[in-house]
Amino acid sequence: MTESQTGNVLEVEDLRVRIASRRGVVRAVDGVSFEVPRGEALGLVGESGSGKSMTLKAVLGVLPAEAQVASGQVRLDGTDLLTLDQHTLNRVRGPKISMIFQEPMSALNPVMRVGQQISEGPRIHLGYSRAKAQERTLELMRRVGIPDPERRYRAYPHEFSGGMRQRVMIAIALSCEPEIILCDEPTTALDVTIQDQILRLLARLCQESGVSLVFVTHDLPVVAQVCQQVAVMYGGQIVEQGDVRDVLLDPRHPYTLGLVRSAPDVEYVQDSLRPIPGAPPSLIDPPDGCRFHPRCDFVEDDCRTGTVALRLLAGDRATRCLHSERCQQALAADRAAQ
Amino acid sequence: MNAPQTPEESVTAENPAAPAAEPLLTARDLAVYFPVFSKLVARLHHVERLLRAVDGVDLEVRRGEALALVGESGSGKSTLALALAGLQPVDHGQIQLEGRVLPSHRSRDDRRRIQMVFQDPYSSLNPRLTVGSMLGELLRVHHVVPRDQVRSVSADLIRLVGLDEGALGAYPRQFSGGQRQRVAIARALALRPEILVADEPVSALDVSVQATILNLLRDLRQELGLTLLLISHNLAVVRHLCDRVAVMYLGRIVEVAPTEQLFRDPRHPYTRGLLAAIPRLASNTAGDPAGEAGPPALVGDPPSPLNIPAGCRFRTRCPIAQPRCEREDPALVNGPGEPGHLAACHYAFTPVPATTSAPTVPEQA
Repeated sequence: MTESQTGNVLEVEDLRVRIASRRGVVRAVDGVSFEVPRGEALGLVGESGSGKSMTLKAVLGVLPAEAQVASGQVRLDGTDLLTLDQHTLNRVRGPKISMIFQEPMSALNPVMRVGQQISEGPRIHLGYSRAKAQERTLELMRRVGIPDPERRYRAYPHEFSGGMRQRVMIAIALSCEPEIILCDEPTTALDVTIQDQILRLLARLCQESGVSLVFVTHDLPVVAQVCQQVAVMYGGQIVEQGDVRDVLLDPRHPYTLGLVRSAPDVEYVQDSLRPIPGAPPSLIDPPDGCRFHPRCDFVEDDCRTGTVALRLLAGDRATRCLHSERCQQALAADRAAQ
Repeated sequence: MNAPQTPEESVTAENPAAPAAEPLLTARDLAVYFPVFSKLVARLHHVERLLRAVDGVDLEVRRGEALALVGESGSGKSTLALALAGLQPVDHGQIQLEGRVLPSHRSRDDRRRIQMVFQDPYSSLNPRLTVGSMLGELLRVHHVVPRDQVRSVSADLIRLVGLDEGALGAYPRQFSGGQRQRVAIARALALRPEILVADEPVSALDVSVQATILNLLRDLRQELGLTLLLISHNLAVVRHLCDRVAVMYLGRIVEVAPTEQLFRDPRHPYTRGLLAAIPRLASNTAGDPAGEAGPPALVGDPPSPLNIPAGCRFRTRCPIAQPRCEREDPALVNGPGEPGHLAACHYAFTPVPATTSAPTVPEQA
């Protein structure tokens, strides 16, 4: 697959997801837009409740029953997935778009042999014969680094370690040669040395097969290792977007800055970590103005009213902050103090 | 019943800034086994009957220090912590507190002196007790303070961990994850312990909340002169909080060193792999084929603790394994000229013989 590197595989535009609850309507995803270029990896980062997983689920059309897409478009190769009926959608999931979940043990079928689970996709979507599907499965298992695939083909998920199960998940996601794989915290449940193996595997697959990734995680260094682009989510919205290196090393939104400052770094010892004060906003009744303003150190009067839109900055990046230059000043002061 | 100390005494009794060399808590050849099959099944199937979760651990915790216990899941770090806290019976070896061997049934006062904070504050707090009744019960049962002071001491405790006094009347469900972990810390501190054992205290929390709990633990250590045993898989957290680090692999401690020395000059190949595997914010390798998709820091999975390799237990994943490693189980020994830096590797402090074939993964500087 050596297609041109131009063009976007996935375009999400103004996606809004509402969840009905007893206390009111939760605006879990509130106007999220992003693009994923072919062969690239986009990281979606944020804390629990920021809407990152809901965004993924809405893209794949697997929202929980109480959640609904209120508006927006999810274009995969130009086709809006949100307008497709269930039958057509089933033919897109697998050959075009697939997903890797956080906990492989609950995503795999415990009473079905691993080999069968991997070959199911090619059998159904690509019309492979049993023998051809098995051949393809063994090749996939080798590609994702499962040792001794002939023997492992007949094993059940419980016979695998956590890292091996995640490799099986990746083989299933790859089985029909999709154009994009959605990854929901794929390494959060894994140990650091196994995480390292899986991240490198995903990066290699990206390069080899030109598949694109959307990578949801709360772990900033993981995003830095895998993704080229990153979007930081807060309160159901994207608050900062751009090149991974730019955003994480030189943030232009106080929330991103807060995330970077509050995490301890293995490279050096800080005197004191600087947590973000306060708690994430209610998504039933979000604060007026900038959603981050009640927790922001740089808050000014104009942050408290109206709506703050995502605005473009130089260097192909965007921020939802009116006073992004304050982040630069704060970072410069940090670096001077070090 | 021993009269409990007042907090002022326990603070001023020693200088937390300069930990004394004398160990406060010592483990000698400690082992914890879990039977996983009956004797019959084990004989019929020729399998190991015992899961050796902790398999011969020697460890010293010095007064006033913060010691980290790191390792992957299944390395036995949590079991070791439970054993040290007296919550897990020990199958072999002994635990000493100030040089005195602790019996398998500890006295109430010995139990009071070592307290624990657990990983998940959603399951470690009783959902049907208010915070006030939770703390009050502890204070009364252990006779920490006279009954008429229980209320005011509870309020002091809850303020100590940065919560409002009103929290005493609330149930755990009314708190966020970070606040619950504060309550769990207050509960552990209620008994005025000398040693606080914290098992992954921030792993279940969001990044921005983690920072508040880490800062709290550090401040409490300074204020109260606590000895902290921190169990974590997150080396960034460890580097931030701890003075010394002990690395565990398959039930054994494979390296112990002062934190900065361990990060600067790791001697065990497992420690080197562990450090290399950490994703780093600054060294972004995305788009760089050699860096991003290159070989991983360590290959393979850790072996099952039911089937520990003979000889060195790390040799199945070791990039510098030699024939000798198959035969001889390396002891945890002190490096020459490096007091306090111990490693359990034949080649930790001596070079690998050059005659053998090249290692599969290049060794780091």
